[in-house]
Amino acid sequence: MERLKSFEEFLTLSKNLEGLLDIKKGNVDSDKYVISVCSGTGCQASESKEIVETFNKLIKENHLQDKVKCLISGCFGFCEKGPIVKISPDHAFYVKVRVEDCERIIKEHIIEHHTVEDLLYVNPLTNMRIRKQEDIPFYKKQHRIALRNCGFINPEDIKEYIASSGYSSLVKVLQSMTPEDVIKEVTDSGLRGRGGGGFPTGKKWALTRASNSEKKYVICNADEGDPGAFMDRSIMEGDPFSVIEAMTIGGYAIGSDEGVIYIRAEYPLAVGRLKIAIEQARKFGLLGKNILGTDFSFDIHIKFGAGAFVCGEETALIHSVEGERGEPTIKPPFPAVAGLFGKPTLVNNVETWANVPYIFNVGAKKFASIGTEKSKGTKVFALAGKINNVGLVEVPMGTTLREIIYDIGGGIKNNHKFKAAQTGGPSGGCIAEDNIDIPIDYDNLTSIGSMMGSGGLIVMDDTDCMVDIAKFYLGFTVEESCGKCTPCRIGNKRLYEILERICNGEGEEEDLEKLESLSNVIKDTALCGLGQSSPNPVLSTLKCFREEYEAHIKDKLCPAKKCKALARYHIDDNLCVGCGNCARKCPVEAIYKTDIKSKRNSKLFLYQIDDHKCIRCGTCESNCPLKAISL
Amino acid sequence: MADNQEKISANYKALDQFIEDNNYSSHDLIAVLHEAQRLFTYLPEEVQRHIAKKLSIPVSKVYGVVSFYSFFTMNKKGRFVINVCLGTACFVRGSDKILAEFEEQLGIKCGETTEDGKYTLTSLRCVGACGLAPVVQVNGKTYGNATVETVKEILAEYQEQ
Repeated sequence: MERLKSFEEFLTLSKNLEGLLDIKKGNVDSDKYVISVCSGTGCQASESKEIVETFNKLIKENHLQDKVKCLISGCFGFCEKGPIVKISPDHAFYVKVRVEDCERIIKEHIIEHHTVEDLLYVNPLTNMRIRKQEDIPFYKKQHRIALRNCGFINPEDIKEYIASSGYSSLVKVLQSMTPEDVIKEVTDSGLRGRGGGGFPTGKKWALTRASNSEKKYVICNADEGDPGAFMDRSIMEGDPFSVIEAMTIGGYAIGSDEGVIYIRAEYPLAVGRLKIAIEQARKFGLLGKNILGTDFSFDIHIKFGAGAFVCGEETALIHSVEGERGEPTIKPPFPAVAGLFGKPTLVNNVETWANVPYIFNVGAKKFASIGTEKSKGTKVFALAGKINNVGLVEVPMGTTLREIIYDIGGGIKNNHKFKAAQTGGPSGGCIAEDNIDIPIDYDNLTSIGSMMGSGGLIVMDDTDCMVDIAKFYLGFTVEESCGKCTPCRIGNKRLYEILERICNGEGEEEDLEKLESLSNVIKDTALCGLGQSSPNPVLSTLKCFREEYEAHIKDKLCPAKKCKALARYHIDDNLCVGCGNCARKCPVEAIYKTDIKSKRNSKLFLYQIDDHKCIRCGTCESNCPLKAISL
Repeated sequence: MADNQEKISANYKALDQFIEDNNYSSHDLIAVLHEAQRLFTYLPEEVQRHIAKKLSIPVSKVYGVVSFYSFFTMNKKGRFVINVCLGTACFVRGSDKILAEFEEQLGIKCGETTEDGKYTLTSLRCVGACGLAPVVQVNGKTYGNATVETVKEILAEYQEQ
C-alpha cells in the first residue's frame, strides 16, 4: 500500500472499502460467513488463540476458504461468558466456546445452517436461550461510543477501521476546520476527562493551544493502574486506531507534531496492537510527515511504564516519560503550560481519546444530547466483584447504579444481598444501598463521597467486611505512595495501622475519631491527586457503615465474619453427637466436654469451644464429620 | 561456569547494541532497564553500573529509578514466577486465601524464591482478566477461577519440569 497523498486518495480508498464490513454488519444476503473470535486478554487466557487456530484448520480441511473467514476481534465486554465467538451475517452469539466446540460450529452452523443451540447464552431469569447479541439483557441498556468498534472490527487491520468510518474525522478536521474550530467542537460536546477528575477536555485543549511554544507534545495516558478497571486496555486491544486518530486530531488542534502513548508494561497484548496500528497508519500516510499531503505532520511513539500507580497522575507520568522516578510535582505550572521536557503538553486518557473521533463524526450537538446536564456522553465501567455478569459495560451518563447492577449485571452472585458498590478504585468510595438509585455522573458521585475515577465498579455482598475493604484499599495506597510528601507517606501508613488494629480486635473507641481527623488532614495537605483522594475509601465506609466499625471495636465482632481475629467458632448443639473428634484435633486444647447430653446420642456429651484459648485455625471445622462447627 | 560467563557477556553486548540501535539517551532509561531485565532476568548492581556508564548518568540515578518501579527487581528470580493477582476484583473473590495457600505449599513468603531456585512467589495488581477472578499467572500463563484446591493442581503441573 502506498502512502495516501491527498484527501481525494483517501476518499477513493474509503469508497473501495465500503463493502468490507457488509458481512459483519449483516446487511447482505450471501452464503459467506465471518467468524469473529474475541481476542482480548480475558478470552486469550481461556484459549481463544487456540480456537482461532482450530477454526482456520477446519476451514482448510473442509475447503471453505472462499466462503468463511475467521478473524480476531476486540473485547465484546461480556468477559464472564468468554471466550465469545460471533458468526456474521446472522449475528449468532456463542458463549464459553471451547476448542472442541469448533468442529460442531463449522459442521452444524456453517455447513448445515442451523444454530448450535447449547452454545447460546441462557437468560438465567427465563431459562431461555438467546441467539443474537443485541437481545441479551447485558447489551440492551448499553450505548457504545468509546467501545463502538470493540468486538466488531479486526483490531489489526486499518482497512476495517476505515470501513467503519475511521479517519473520516481526521479528514474532516484537516480539510475544513481551523484548530480553533476543532477546540470549539470538543468544548461544545461537553466531553470531560474519563481518567479520573473529569476536567473539561475542550478547556484543556484550549489552554495547551494558548501556550506559546515552538514544540508541544500530545500524551495518551494509558497507565491504567486502578485495580479492577480494564476499559483502557480493552479499547487499545480492540480499537487502537481510534486512539491514534484522536491523538492526531489533538496534535493538529494544539499545534504539536509529536505524540507519546505511555502504557503499562503489564499490557503486552495492547502494546502489540498499538505497535501494529501505528505502523499501518504510517504506511497509509495517516501518521508521519505531511499527513494526506497537507502541511501537518504528526508522529507517535510508545513509552513503557514500570509498575507505579502514581504514574497515572499527569505530572508523575511526565517525569516517568522523561526517564525519571515517577514523582508528582505541584501544579501550577500545569502540563498545558510546562509539561514534557518543559514544553506545553496535552495529556488525555485512553477512553477520552476514544470519544473524540465519534464527536467529529456525529457532531458535538448530538454527542451533547446524551447524558446529564453537566456530564455528557457515556462512561465505560468495568463491572466486577460479586456480580453475575462480569465485564465491560458502556452506559449513558445518568444511568442508575441499580440499572447497571441488576439489568445489565444480572444481579448479585449466588443470590446474596447487595451491600455496596465501590467506584473510583483506591481514590473512590463505597456507595451503599440507599444511594443505588442516584443517576451516575461526575458530580453526583462526588456529592455522595465517591468519584467517577477511571470507571472500576466493584460490587460487594453481605459477606464482605467494609473495614477489611477499607484496609485493602489503604494497603494499596501505602504500597503505591511515592513517598515524596509526608501526609501521604506517613499519614496513610498510620491510617492503615489503625484499620489493622480494628480488624485484629484491638480497636479502641477513639479510633474512629482519629481515622476521621487524620483522613481530613491527608485530604487537605497531600501533594497530588493520589494522596488527596486516598482517604476516600475510609471516609465513605465510615459514613455508610459506621455500625460495622463499631461492632469491630465495641463488640469485638465482624458482622461479615471476614476478619479472622474476630471470628468465633461455635458448635451447634442440635447437630453435635459428642464424638469428640474436634477436641482431639484441636492444637491448643480449646475444646472441652460439657456435662450436657447430646440430643442425638444420649450416651455421649456435647462439646464446647473456649473462645479465649481458640486460635481460629479452623481445624475443628474441617474435621467435624457432621459439619456442626462454623463461624 | 564458563558457559555462564559467556552468556553474561553476550547479554552485555546485546544490551549495548540495543542502546546504540535505538540511539537511546538518559531519557530512555526505563526502556533500557526493561530490555536489561529481559536479558538478565534481574538487575544486579553490576548491570546498573554498566547502564549508568553507557548513558552517562550517575549510578545513583539508575538505582533511584530501579528501586522506584515495582516492575524492576534486583533479586534473582526462580525459573517459575507465580503471580497471584491481588486486584480488587480478585481480592473480593478470595485471592488472599490463594496466596496464603501458595505460601504454605512452597514454604516461602510472597516476594521470596524457593531455595532450589525453582519458584518465585509474587503478587500483582490486576492483570485485567477480572472475568476470570481470582487469577494466578505462572510465567505469563493465566489460570482463571482459582481456588485453594487448584493451587495443588497448578503446582503439580510444574513438578516434573
